[in-house]
Amino acid sequence: MSTDIAVDATARARELLGVSRLTNQALTSWLHGLPGVDQVGCEARAAGLGTRSIKNDSKRWAIDLAISMIDLTTLEGADTHGRVRGLAAKALSPDPSDLTTPRPAAVCVYGDMVATAKEVLGDSGVKVAAVATAFPSGRASMPVKLLDTKDAVTAGADEIDMVIDRGAFLSGDYLTVFHQIAQTKAACGDARLKVIMETGELVTYDNVRRASWLSMLAGGDFIKTSTGKIQPAATLPVTLIMLEAVRDWRELTGEMVGVKPAGGIKTSKDAIKFLVAVHEVAGEDWLDNQWFRFGASSLLNDLLLQRQKMKDGVYSSATYIADDSPSTAY
Amino acid sequence: MPTFEYAPAPESRAVVDLDSTYGLFINGDWVDGRGTAFKTVNPATEEVLADIHEASPDDVDLAVKAARTAYTRVWSRMSGADRGKYLFRIARILQERAREFAVLETLDNGKPIKETRDIDIPLAAAHFFYHAGWADKLSYAGYGPDPRPHGVVGQIIPWNFPLLMLAWKVAPALATGNTIVLKPAETTPLTALLFAEVCQQAQLPPGVVNIVTGAGDTGQAIVDHPGIDKIAFTGSTGVGKMIARSIAGTRKKATLELGGKGANIVFDDAPIDQTVEGIVRGIFFNQGHVCCAGSRLLVQETVADEVVRRLQRRLSTLRVGDPLDKNTDVGAINSRAQLDRITSLVDAGEAEGAERWDNGCALPQKGFWFRPTLFSGVTQTHRIAQEEIFGPVLSVLTFRTPQEAVAKANNTPYGLSAGIWTDKGSRILWMADQLKAGVVWANTFNQFDPTSPFGGYKESGYGREGGRHGLEAYLKGDL
Repeated sequence: MSTDIAVDATARARELLGVSRLTNQALTSWLHGLPGVDQVGCEARAAGLGTRSIKNDSKRWAIDLAISMIDLTTLEGADTHGRVRGLAAKALSPDPSDLTTPRPAAVCVYGDMVATAKEVLGDSGVKVAAVATAFPSGRASMPVKLLDTKDAVTAGADEIDMVIDRGAFLSGDYLTVFHQIAQTKAACGDARLKVIMETGELVTYDNVRRASWLSMLAGGDFIKTSTGKIQPAATLPVTLIMLEAVRDWRELTGEMVGVKPAGGIKTSKDAIKFLVAVHEVAGEDWLDNQWFRFGASSLLNDLLLQRQKMKDGVYSSATYIADDSPSTAY
Repeated sequence: MPTFEYAPAPESRAVVDLDSTYGLFINGDWVDGRGTAFKTVNPATEEVLADIHEASPDDVDLAVKAARTAYTRVWSRMSGADRGKYLFRIARILQERAREFAVLETLDNGKPIKETRDIDIPLAAAHFFYHAGWADKLSYAGYGPDPRPHGVVGQIIPWNFPLLMLAWKVAPALATGNTIVLKPAETTPLTALLFAEVCQQAQLPPGVVNIVTGAGDTGQAIVDHPGIDKIAFTGSTGVGKMIARSIAGTRKKATLELGGKGANIVFDDAPIDQTVEGIVRGIFFNQGHVCCAGSRLLVQETVADEVVRRLQRRLSTLRVGDPLDKNTDVGAINSRAQLDRITSLVDAGEAEGAERWDNGCALPQKGFWFRPTLFSGVTQTHRIAQEEIFGPVLSVLTFRTPQEAVAKANNTPYGLSAGIWTDKGSRILWMADQLKAGVVWANTFNQFDPTSPFGGYKESGYGREGGRHGLEAYLKGDL
């Protein structure tokens, strides 16, 4: 079964590229044939989207949507079962003072914490996402990466966040990146695969666009900006490029692929700018946690504060937000 | 799941304190005009904003005399450093009162608050700051050791960027030591009249800036007045020609910034998403009421269908409506007359066989509105490829080779602006050399800066505004 998917990815890629054999040269021609990105123009467009003024009902709606799109994340060497249980409990009941508050989409942890998170979340509908494939650097052999993935899936992960081999990508070895994604996708079984491109290491927008298309071609269900360990992480222009990519991919294939900016989005104001970009660039079909996610930890608490403010008309102290992430500084 | 509707986010009008009637600003004071008063309306609602006095030829004479006295007795004798202080002061006041100016400009002109707030007013202040810096350095501007001002300059400005065009004219004139009689357009006089208040607030000596309101007759009175040493005009080519005829044979100097039919040229290696943004900025910025608008899209045939398809998708997301709403992208057409002109040219485009498409958005019941519109299948002989529409209407033409693109771009009596979209730097340089346009943008469009000279070729006028080159227009030649 798993090899079938990998074969399928290659077969489909051959068909889309119109080649009889999928070679690195064929991939290079295809990726380098994508229209370029003008950095100044791209950043100006992102800044323009950032000036939208979202008020009242639309702000309320956007805050709830943003909460429901969060992958509540803890990825630290110091993670303990207790901390992960706390985070999972927070996902089940983000604001104990208001039970109408939507739940985040998922809790995102390292593979060895999947079982602990799953134990708390059960069949609540909040998914468990695990980072895999030698996160965050991706520097391991393929069998190790695949085992890492399978281990998390076996432990109950609903979603896998893999990292691409940036070294291979930057040296132009697109075929290796393609095969690694396709094989990881095969190892995921029913779990959805998010492909982390680590855009902070790809640096140019042209690279981000090419990596996005390569990830989609290889079967990624989501394209994701960053691990959160490298700066810059999720910027609005990078996300804009990715939203254009999934929009154009749907035009080409009819399939939707999700987008997940991760790292550095801390405030409601920022989150709403991203939602505006989703709305005006990819379109409203992506305004759903099936197709758009925020990888974040402290963002949830700011959204909850804003949500309370919209309801009560006054800002609460942050001490009124139940918090289970001791690393979040007050 | 409901869609992402943006709730109304209107900017407050409370910051603007409108009088019911405005007189003329002559010799530092408000005086009554002796012509026939007229009304200025909010084009988004057709609400009358104020009654405006009309300056008769006698009033213009009064203004020119005040300007002459101020020139002889005060302004021409003042050191450049001291003139610069006044300009800095005006610039700072414009920044301090930026919100008031932005709201008033939007009310009177119909352009979106997003543009007045982020472009018109900040750029107007930037022009004063920039020229304030020149005031005491004119000896080093390259026009001889002691360049002299002309004296009294008559300035006639258009309605599309009322305060910004005022700044383009007033700032260099004051920096170089001239005094001014300025006439704002009859449909958008309010920010110029508020600027008169700024002159008072800055304690600018009386008579250095005089503002007279009215329509074509008032403008003619300025042009014909023997006490005027130089005319600076921005507006239509038709009126520009009349001015040139009127001053022919006199000693008066002139700079004319007139119409345009800018070509935005897209090659198949262009960064396509940013190109689409640039095309939108080129023609839908300020409802297309831009002399240097990229109103002709010349696109390489290999990518023409794709560019048009992406453009249509993008235009469908443009938000047209209440100009005071912070989320509005395209505001109201400035006047009924302009709306009629746009409508008749668009009808002509359809009658001549071009394919018309608009974004189908809902338009407000009252006011003057026109949907963002795109014509494909346009040829060089169509009127919509030749005449300036001055509205949110884009004509799409195609080309096959760079040479053909240049030939088509230059095949117009105008020569104000052009845009080039390609990944090839060498091609940008080659094209810029071939294009007969005063401004050529590469991989961007409609970018303005006080340090950069702006002006046209052929029927788009002569003279430059902004930058070191712009100073020349306000200094005496034969140095």
